[in-house]
Amino acid sequence: MTARQRLWAFLTGMAGLAAFYLWGLAGLPGFGAYPGPYGDIINRIALAQTNATGVVSAVNFDYRGFDTVGEEFILFAAATGVATVLRHLRGERERAARDEALGVNAPPTSEAVRMTALILAGPVLVLGWFLASHAQTSPSGGFQGGVVLATAFILVYLAGQFLALRRISPVDITDAVEAVGAGGFAAVGIAAVGMGLAYLTNFLPLGTIPGAVSSSGTIALISFFVGLEVGAAFILIVSELLEQTLLLREESR
Amino acid sequence: MQVFPFVVVAWILGVGLYGIVTSRHLVHLIVCLIIVQSSTYVLLLGVGYVTGAVAPYFFDVPVHTPAVDPVVQALALTDVVVEAAVTALLLALAVQAHKRFGTLDPNELVQLRG
Repeated sequence: MTARQRLWAFLTGMAGLAAFYLWGLAGLPGFGAYPGPYGDIINRIALAQTNATGVVSAVNFDYRGFDTVGEEFILFAAATGVATVLRHLRGERERAARDEALGVNAPPTSEAVRMTALILAGPVLVLGWFLASHAQTSPSGGFQGGVVLATAFILVYLAGQFLALRRISPVDITDAVEAVGAGGFAAVGIAAVGMGLAYLTNFLPLGTIPGAVSSSGTIALISFFVGLEVGAAFILIVSELLEQTLLLREESR
Repeated sequence: MQVFPFVVVAWILGVGLYGIVTSRHLVHLIVCLIIVQSSTYVLLLGVGYVTGAVAPYFFDVPVHTPAVDPVVQALALTDVVVEAAVTALLLALAVQAHKRFGTLDPNELVQLRG
């Protein structure tokens, strides 16, 4: 198939897609005229039922908690998948030695980048922790916080080198943290079953002040576990990808 | 009826798909896939929007303030997580493809496989 034929096939398909899109658009209520009812109902009852002022987190970690377990395990499976696809193959060294990019020496990291990364690493760590522990109050949660936590570790790589990243986040420990995060979420649900409630029922005391960090029961706990899982998964994925270019190059030098 | 957000959705989807079809580099192709998926965020947030409403956070506004739909916002979060997972896996596969075949051009990969 030539590029030209492919483009025509694509345009034909796009014409069909556009027709369906316009058809679907005609049936939608206008922008801003949300018909409900689910969003409106949840907005009205979430605060009274969960003591969480962040309704999105309440939906994610409580009303839709079962879906979020699956969502978290998608990320878990992806981290495992990346590690599997990028495992060291037999004869890797020879193949790496033929890599065309090997002769190219990367320029050293500039002092400005190293300083900025070093200054940012601490505050970013605190910010990530803040986000992961405030799912119930404000627009944040374990997923966002976990990614920011992982960024703090990746800043260490920017500031120093890959081996420094490996030293502060050894693979075994990161793997264990990821497993605790993923398993913790599932365990919170099973604990509810053990108490004779439905899976992932919010069984912890909801606290007295809506919007306090200690409020909202299992929402805060699950967000904490998700933060661990997501942070560890991203550190693993990034360091697997970095290892491909850095360590293999290192060996063949 | 205001359609501008839905036009933006169609545009993002269209340029992303065009990029995938005409791509000459696997990493470029993966970025185009991310762009295609970004159109779903705009669509999800677009269908849940309520004119003049606040975000669904009742930390400093009373509970009965009109707020936008939190369910589609939670879905958009799921969407982002799935995208991150898919991107990570595809990038890993691109690394392996480059190791195996010495090229990242999808057209040449087809020729190599025969």
